[in-house]
Amino acid sequence: MINSPYIRKPASVQGVMLAVLTALIPAIIVYASQIAAVVLVNLAIATIAALAGEALVLKLRGRPLAPALSDLSAVVTAWLLALCFPPILPWWATVLGVLIAIVVVKHLYGGLGQNPFNPAMVAYCAMIVAFPSLMSQWPGAGQLDFATQLGLVFGGAREIDAIASATALDTIKTGLRTAGATVQSIMSQGGNFGLVSGRGWEWLAPAYALGGLYLLARGIITWHMPAAFLGALAAISAVFWLADPAHYASPLFHLASGGAMLGAFFIVTDPVSGATTPRGKLIFAASVALLAYIIRVFGSFPEGVAFAVLLLNICVPLIDMNTQPRVFGHKGDKAR
Amino acid sequence: MITRLFGFKGGVKPESHKNESSGTPIQKVPMPTRLVIPLRQSIRSTARCLVEPGQKVLKGEHIGEGEGGLGTSVHASTSGTVVEIAPYPMAHASGLETLSVVIEPDGEDRWIDHTPLDLRTVSREEALAWLRGCGIVGMGGAGFPTHVKLGGGRGIDTLVINGAECEPWITCDDRLMRERAPEVLSGAMILRELIGAKQVLLGIEDNKPEAIAAMQVAASGLGDGIAVVPVPTLYPAGGEKQLIRVLTGVEIPQGKLGTDFGVQCFNVGTAQAVHRAIRFGEPLVSRVVTLTGNVTRPGNYEVLLGTQVEELLELAGPKADTDRYIMGGPMMGTELQSLSVPVIKGTNCVIAASPALFPPPPPELPCIRCGACARACPAELQPFELYWFSRAKNFGKAQEYHLFDCIECGSCAFVCPSRIPLVDYYRFAKGEIWARERELRASDQARERFEFRNFRQEREKEEKAAKLAAKAAETRAKLAESGEAPATTAAAEDPKKALIAAALARAKQQQTAVAPRNTDDLSADVQAEIADIDDRREKLNPQDADKAP
Repeated sequence: MINSPYIRKPASVQGVMLAVLTALIPAIIVYASQIAAVVLVNLAIATIAALAGEALVLKLRGRPLAPALSDLSAVVTAWLLALCFPPILPWWATVLGVLIAIVVVKHLYGGLGQNPFNPAMVAYCAMIVAFPSLMSQWPGAGQLDFATQLGLVFGGAREIDAIASATALDTIKTGLRTAGATVQSIMSQGGNFGLVSGRGWEWLAPAYALGGLYLLARGIITWHMPAAFLGALAAISAVFWLADPAHYASPLFHLASGGAMLGAFFIVTDPVSGATTPRGKLIFAASVALLAYIIRVFGSFPEGVAFAVLLLNICVPLIDMNTQPRVFGHKGDKAR
Repeated sequence: MITRLFGFKGGVKPESHKNESSGTPIQKVPMPTRLVIPLRQSIRSTARCLVEPGQKVLKGEHIGEGEGGLGTSVHASTSGTVVEIAPYPMAHASGLETLSVVIEPDGEDRWIDHTPLDLRTVSREEALAWLRGCGIVGMGGAGFPTHVKLGGGRGIDTLVINGAECEPWITCDDRLMRERAPEVLSGAMILRELIGAKQVLLGIEDNKPEAIAAMQVAASGLGDGIAVVPVPTLYPAGGEKQLIRVLTGVEIPQGKLGTDFGVQCFNVGTAQAVHRAIRFGEPLVSRVVTLTGNVTRPGNYEVLLGTQVEELLELAGPKADTDRYIMGGPMMGTELQSLSVPVIKGTNCVIAASPALFPPPPPELPCIRCGACARACPAELQPFELYWFSRAKNFGKAQEYHLFDCIECGSCAFVCPSRIPLVDYYRFAKGEIWARERELRASDQARERFEFRNFRQEREKEEKAAKLAAKAAETRAKLAESGEAPATTAAAEDPKKALIAAALARAKQQQTAVAPRNTDDLSADVQAEIADIDDRREKLNPQDADKAP
């Protein structure tokens, strides 16, 4: 029997996921036109791998295929991974990464809604640890023609140093190890750098932000996570930058580099593995940003968002438990 | 007087569907063929029946005497003959039955004599008793006795009259306010006098401009201290606690009453009923009901209490593809298990549902903790947490997360993109918790009964022993007096002892008799010897002879 309420808002998980995919489109356009058109191929590979992996594991688990495949959650994971991975990553590595996300992180924990960790970020970290050299080869913006990009993705010889370079974050990090080097001297050497950050990449950041604003307007995400994440990242980078501008990049550089914008609007906002209370969201996202900055600047990986998200995923139950909002009418109660 | 409105968090905006039924004036219903009047009209109290089958009754005649603190009187809704007093299904999701008086109308609709109550000449208590006698209960749906609510009214600053009517489809309060604004306000003034409130705030959702205008016109002649306040249209603004919050900023927690915070709330229908009861002495025998949904003639009808839904529906003309009926609104109403259920004091709406108007929800998907439910919850709960805990039957945690603050308004389920019937999970959890508490109480009682029984048996044993001892002492004392005690006792005991000894001997003999005897395959001498012994034994114990094998 159906009980009240008898009416429902025409909202659906599929609609939520579709909104996320739509929000990624500006960034995909910028990515394909500014950095590497092969990202479109990667998106296709990742999508197919995700759907195939999901179908396989659903079959193994004896679950109906249609509802899970059509909810588009696997496609969201696939797209996020394709956008996180270096665009010239060999196709099999992309497939492997996506399968780790879908099969291991999502389904071994019970499927959609059950995974304590962000599937895309676990896969990203696993790939970085397993294939450090492959995962650190990035094409300079507009340096490789499409055929070369395709060749790199689908095999063939990889003459790494000739064709690939480190990211802006990585260049600064390694560059600062040489005596006498400053952020300014490294950036003025040009090459990788544009106006405020990596050439090409710095345009990706506003494109992600644009998608994020769309999600905010649609009510798919709340302001808490992006605001706390970007605010905390800007604040901590400002502190270091003001103290020593020669050795610490500006907040603008940090906000426009690496996974900052993608993280702020699409990664930390993952509802399944993130904090859920309003205050919890602020704490969670700000902590991710602080940790990401520390890993970026002082850790051994150039990019820190993925590791930071996973570390904070562990803390979610604790954060949620201690930030339960006051219930209506319990004005005097002590907040838990 | 009112400087600003407050907000409540959450809330949803379902399509209102009010236009379907709000256009036409309240219509009279032709006299039904029979009325089924449940004796249970006020919450948790069934009235004692005062009539018997065959008896003639008049409209407004007392047919049920309210019992207990929460009881109110029940009246005949029209004149006619009582034909039956039997259990009939009531308008409840369970389809349970309740004792009802069935009246066959005589068509005259003749009132009993009734007189107004002059509030200036009676005490407050008398006025409350009068309302109880007129069977006035909350007409917003809960059916809480009005005199009880008024009885707690000490130190009340604000009287809130609830005309919000936030559920989609329902328009009975809207029409009532448009057409009978002076009566509603007169009732509000009586209520104000009875609880001694300083100000009256009448909250109406701003999607009912005609009702607001009508009430404002009616209120303009009543002087200060009364304000008609349009409130933003946002479900569930008509929830008592939500409306009080919006109008006064006061947050009433679960388990607390408005009186604790100096504010009291009554539905507009209740106010109008109070007006009729005091100014005319009319008991509550009819109410306005919205008939809408998948019908050809949606509208509002003045319905005699006890009218069966099936008779009403004929007026509205349900369309062919109607598949079920909902009593109340689509957010909190209940699906009718039977169309023979009667209209009661809390019945505000009957909606004919069709698959096109109320499509069955698509299959449930896993919760993705998106938090849409938490943003929609007017009680500011975390509904998805309650869902996980209820699902896992972790009821302790569910209570810790304030399960019982849930008002079951359905906002969370309304917005859930995974189409999880969240409210059903909370109903399940609440039901389980209540059942466990009942069980706990029952086992506590059983344990107490058992312990008391043990105690009682122990006590009885002691008492018996004490009595025996006392008796023995008495006998001894008597015997000591007479001086012949030992001899008589011995004599009395002797035959008893002999009897016991004889019985023992018999038992022993029987034992040997059934014991296997090694008398087969014996030599002739031995056999002769045995026979000789047996012979002697027979002579010695003649009574054994017939028992020998």
